[in-house]
Amino acid sequence: MLSSININGQTRSVDVPEGMPLLWVIRDELELTGTKFGCGVASCGACTVHVDGEPTRSCVTYVEDVEGAEITTIEGVASEVASAVNQAWNELNVVQCGYCQSGQIMSAIGLLSENRNPSVKDIDDYMWGNACRCATYQRIRAAVQRASQILEA
Amino acid sequence: MTIQLSRRGFLKSVSAMSGTALVIGFDTGNALAGDDGAAEFTPLVRIAADGRVTALIKHFECGQGAATGLATLIAEELSLALDQVEVEFAPADASKYANLLFGIQGTGGSTAMANSYMQYRQAGAAARDMLAAAAAEAWGVPASSVTLADGQLKAAGNTAAMGDFVVSASALDVPVNPRLKDPSEFMVIGNPNTRRRDNGPKTDGTAVYAMDLHLENQIVAVVLRSPRFGGTLTSFDDSSAGDVHGFIRAVALPTGTGVLVYGQNTWAALQAREAISAEWDFSQADNRGSDQIKADLLAAVNADAEFDAKGNALETSALLENSAQVIERDFFFPYLAHATMEPLTCTISPTESGVMLHDGCQMPTAAQMALAAVLQIPQENVEVTTLYAGGTFGRRSTQNADYHVEAALAFALNGGQQPVKLVWSREDDIRSGYYRPAMAHKVRIGLDEDGRIVGWDHRVSGKPIFKGGPWDAFIVQNGVDSSSVEGVHDTPYDIPGQYVGLTDGKSPISVNWWRSVGHSHTAYVMETMMDIAAAAAGRDPVDYRMEYLSGGTTDQMRMAGVLQLAAEKSGWNESIAKGGNRGVAVHKSFGTFVAEVVEISGDAEDGIVIEKVTCAVDCGVPVNPDVIAAQMESGIGYGIGHVMRNEITFTDGEVDQFNFPDYEPLRISDIRSIETHIVPSTEAPTGVGEPSTPPSGPALANAIAVAGPRVTHLPMTANGVSFA
Repeated sequence: MLSSININGQTRSVDVPEGMPLLWVIRDELELTGTKFGCGVASCGACTVHVDGEPTRSCVTYVEDVEGAEITTIEGVASEVASAVNQAWNELNVVQCGYCQSGQIMSAIGLLSENRNPSVKDIDDYMWGNACRCATYQRIRAAVQRASQILEA
Repeated sequence: MTIQLSRRGFLKSVSAMSGTALVIGFDTGNALAGDDGAAEFTPLVRIAADGRVTALIKHFECGQGAATGLATLIAEELSLALDQVEVEFAPADASKYANLLFGIQGTGGSTAMANSYMQYRQAGAAARDMLAAAAAEAWGVPASSVTLADGQLKAAGNTAAMGDFVVSASALDVPVNPRLKDPSEFMVIGNPNTRRRDNGPKTDGTAVYAMDLHLENQIVAVVLRSPRFGGTLTSFDDSSAGDVHGFIRAVALPTGTGVLVYGQNTWAALQAREAISAEWDFSQADNRGSDQIKADLLAAVNADAEFDAKGNALETSALLENSAQVIERDFFFPYLAHATMEPLTCTISPTESGVMLHDGCQMPTAAQMALAAVLQIPQENVEVTTLYAGGTFGRRSTQNADYHVEAALAFALNGGQQPVKLVWSREDDIRSGYYRPAMAHKVRIGLDEDGRIVGWDHRVSGKPIFKGGPWDAFIVQNGVDSSSVEGVHDTPYDIPGQYVGLTDGKSPISVNWWRSVGHSHTAYVMETMMDIAAAAAGRDPVDYRMEYLSGGTTDQMRMAGVLQLAAEKSGWNESIAKGGNRGVAVHKSFGTFVAEVVEISGDAEDGIVIEKVTCAVDCGVPVNPDVIAAQMESGIGYGIGHVMRNEITFTDGEVDQFNFPDYEPLRISDIRSIETHIVPSTEAPTGVGEPSTPPSGPALANAIAVAGPRVTHLPMTANGVSFA
């Protein structure tokens, strides 16, 4: 099945079977590997991308469902919020193994785009679905708060 | 796990010109001792003529901060800021890059900093002294007058960039004993404000993990494995897989352990595997269910032990008989999966003389040996490109190099001419073994009238990790695999009349080291029993422990030090908000001492909230304080998440869990805050990747037990405790 995908501001054409998760199209066909495979069942958030600006688990999203939508991956994300999040993540040494962090960052950008001044509970609720086996959670929480501070400044 | 090997031939240093760069390292001399004059060169730091400094990292980076840590040592001795030192993973070559505590190249047992601390500092210091000597010669000044700061050499009005003297410095003899900085001069070591060297690529999606590799012409292999451990493939049917777009073919593994399924990409291979059915012979499999596994282990600890790890059962038994009071508990710990965030994967590609392994490689030497054996090529023809590893917790190294062997077979059975990437799914990861072994303990403690311990009978049972494997000779003594009892038989506590007995569990269910190895269960038992004994004695848990740490040994003083610090910082002696409770635990593992106080609110019935964990750590010289704090946070989360709710269970030999929904990871809302305090120290640095895991579970259990159930069978959620 020939599909066209609008990703990171470019239109790309892929020949993939119907039902192929967007995750594998992005990783194996388009070779944008910043988006990670963690579970395949939308339980860990490592595969989070933005579909029309909305954080979405690409492992359970299918090519045929995103035709015409704007997809953004960690490689293509660029906004005031994104740069505040990136700065905060670096300042607070959030990463450890780092494998989940693309997804964490895509979710954090989603949260701060909706709510520039989230409470701890807002952060915990929004970020709950992004697992980190290194348990960097307390730094993620602090970095979202730090990014909020950067944005409010 | 304690592996002590001699640091052979450590200090003989040589230099060489490598293009226009000054490269400094050491002759490890181990593998080639007696090979007269054939000094092997170990590049640890490379300084290019443009002044760029690169630390060659002999350990892999799985999140624990080894790359940042070793770069810190080079930066310190060269008086550079940490961000002026680039990091590059070293190639696989045990003669040059051995872990000095293992004798082979590899990472584990929280040893990366411990074995590298002097080696990397000396390399950096030698480079500094040689650059200063070269500048001194050019300027006609004494070498001692040349200073190096910020990449600039200065003396008597002369200034030059470090790179300007790289070529002339390379011609000089390497100092045998370069002057190391005095700790009072440290600018980078101990600096709490440094940034990790891998922040950049790990926050913009450019960091390359093995899962991310796309080589030209690469195909993907997955394995359909036996649903029961010890099952053997008898036949398979792939007639339906032909319908899967991108399916290449399926081949039985010659080991009988499964079917290799090849696809053009990951999705194709995974889909094709779904379409293949297989028949298995389970006659040699472990066909038990979890209830039976648990009953068998508990029966073992209620009987005479197979091996004595410490003391004498009869003598301790007599002490208990004469005691005023005996307290006893049994404990059960389930099988646990490591569940690294990046599922297991590696790629093998052909080279002119052999193969290249692309891997987040924890034990390069072991992987080289495995590939060489399977592919029938010399070990030195197996090269390794080390990529970032998406976590390990022990899983990326097994004693039979399981996934490397699978990858080698997948490569060979495809003809050996094409890159093959082996991929494990999350389901493979959860269901295919190499677990923390299920363990049972039974402890009986005799107390006198004043509540003092007079005897301690401790029996342990579970499948040994090292016995029968390549490390057997180092770890197993008199039948006792010390990884089953570490933390009990060698506890720093002065425990009178202690007997430790061990009975090996037997099962084809594969087991492996899992973050903190034996300490992952022994600390839970030691530290909950100390609390139970303190309660029976009517004593405060901290005071009671201090009494058994008062013998004046270095270990006891350091353990008491962290206990005191955690108590003080947590407000242990101050009142707590209504409905709140605290629990404490302290443990030594991998040479590092960690105490933790867990503060909770709520109750076991309606849901407990983990409000705060206060952690105190003594790991010798704190090289990167923020990395240490991060590792404490990480190990605490890992420990607490698993004792809360994780278990691998079986029904008729098949694993009941599939993926994260039924092996629920710790989530952001589970622990509200963690605060780490580091004990200042001038002792040699020890590891931080594992030691905060052991005390976290018992500290939580002790907090819950203040006003709720005493949980001795894990996980907690399956044994009467709910969390909010």
